[in-house]
Amino acid sequence: MRAQFVLSEIGVGLRRNLTMTFAVIVSVALSLALFGGSLLMREQVSTMKGYWYDKVNVSIFLCNKNDKESSSANCAKGAVTEAQKKEIRSELKQMNVVESVHFETSEEAYKHYKEQFGDSPLADSLTPDQMQESFRVKLKDPERYDVISTAFAARPGVQEVQDQKKLVDDLFNLLNGMNFAALAVMTLMLVVALMLIVNTVRVSAFSRRRETGIMRLVGASSFYIQMPFIMEAAIAGLLGAGFACVLLVSGQYFLVNNWLVNKIDVINFIGWDAVLAKLPLVLAIGLLMPALAAFFALRKYLKV
Amino acid sequence: MIRFDNVSKTYPKQTRPALRDVSLEIEKGEFVFLVGSSGSGKSTFLRLLLREERASHGAVHVLGKDLARLSNWKVPHMRRQLGTVFQDFRLLPNKTVGENVAFALEVIGKPRAAIRKTVPEVLDLVGLGGKDDRMPGELSGGEQQRVAIARAFVNRPMLLIADEPTGNLDPQTSVGIMKLLDRINRTGTTVVMATHDQQIVDQMRKRVIELEKGRLVRDQSRGVYGYQH
Repeated sequence: MRAQFVLSEIGVGLRRNLTMTFAVIVSVALSLALFGGSLLMREQVSTMKGYWYDKVNVSIFLCNKNDKESSSANCAKGAVTEAQKKEIRSELKQMNVVESVHFETSEEAYKHYKEQFGDSPLADSLTPDQMQESFRVKLKDPERYDVISTAFAARPGVQEVQDQKKLVDDLFNLLNGMNFAALAVMTLMLVVALMLIVNTVRVSAFSRRRETGIMRLVGASSFYIQMPFIMEAAIAGLLGAGFACVLLVSGQYFLVNNWLVNKIDVINFIGWDAVLAKLPLVLAIGLLMPALAAFFALRKYLKV
Repeated sequence: MIRFDNVSKTYPKQTRPALRDVSLEIEKGEFVFLVGSSGSGKSTFLRLLLREERASHGAVHVLGKDLARLSNWKVPHMRRQLGTVFQDFRLLPNKTVGENVAFALEVIGKPRAAIRKTVPEVLDLVGLGGKDDRMPGELSGGEQQRVAIARAFVNRPMLLIADEPTGNLDPQTSVGIMKLLDRINRTGTTVVMATHDQQIVDQMRKRVIELEKGRLVRDQSRGVYGYQH
């Protein structure tokens, strides 16, 4: 009896405020889709970090004999000597932040360069002895670049200490910035959604003040009087969250699986498990947040 | 049943109290008329009984409970033991007569079988037997008020509060309503009725409580309306 009665009240309420309900559904859907999207984006960035930080290393570029004429002040004394190389290598091996050291000869550097820029006209004019030799140092903790930098940057024979992590960090900062923007838009949408819910509840409470007044007089509990309103908001929110889930799933399917994966193969994108794991959270927020908003709106607009 | 001990009520943002130092007692089974001109405090008196408002000073006891000490969540339970009838009937226009009465039982969670049994009984009692499926709009004012009384009485309340129940009705219909209220009173239900209807008060010869500018100025058993308006 009770359930049937409450359900019919909810149906009437939702239909009476059809446009408002629609607005609530859309704004909840958009804000939750952005929320889920930014969660996924963060996960994507952190898996990318794990992947790239594994690959990046700190490069210690050594002075080439050509560098003497160039503007590089560190190389004013000429090319690096064998003794200097040996010293750097043994010191690197002793540092406990260092995981492994690889020495890249100028031939190897030339080969890598050819691989990457083989078609450019500049590559043809290069010869192996123009390329710099370098130590490629892999760190146990990629954040500890500064240790290597302070130890070797001013060393004779060293032209430059370069942290590759800086290069990928720029990318991550960009992604984080986008993520932040998405969160800001989400917050705005969420505020809009909440205000819409509050307004919907107010209109709903006003249009049903006769019923609620009678309910109060015959001794219906405040829970019983408020229930239909709260359920209305919760159902609209749940529908919105459902749409948000559809958006997330189709985003993963169309945007990531069918497009980005084919375009960019150096990045390992997050998979279905990550997306599906977010859906319960999105649904729960979509259900609870509007219900809470309705509850607080009722305290103001519905006398019980 | 009802006891007021030095009750005053001042509404927020108003200097003049709506009720001033009112003390009285109403016993179980009594029929009491509450009279007084507009603004004399009748409505405030009834609102205090229903605990729509709380007294500013003094204590209001209804059905043996101190309403000032009754916590908010217990108020609905208290109201289930009261019936209320108003001048404007307060029926739901989109529900049938039967549904209107059933509504009072549904919202307090009575089982369906009990509702189906009780509703026709109480409609019979108020003289509307067989009109379950009519809409309130199809009924006369007197009949609508009977529906409202049926709804108020369907829980078999200890106390029936009526706020000018005959205010919108012609004299003949009013007499019918009063007979019905009298009959309800005879089943042991206490009735408190605010009214402006001189004829009815004079005919019924029940206890009369008169308020004037918030003060209790007369409390007379088997009284008459007694003042000109």
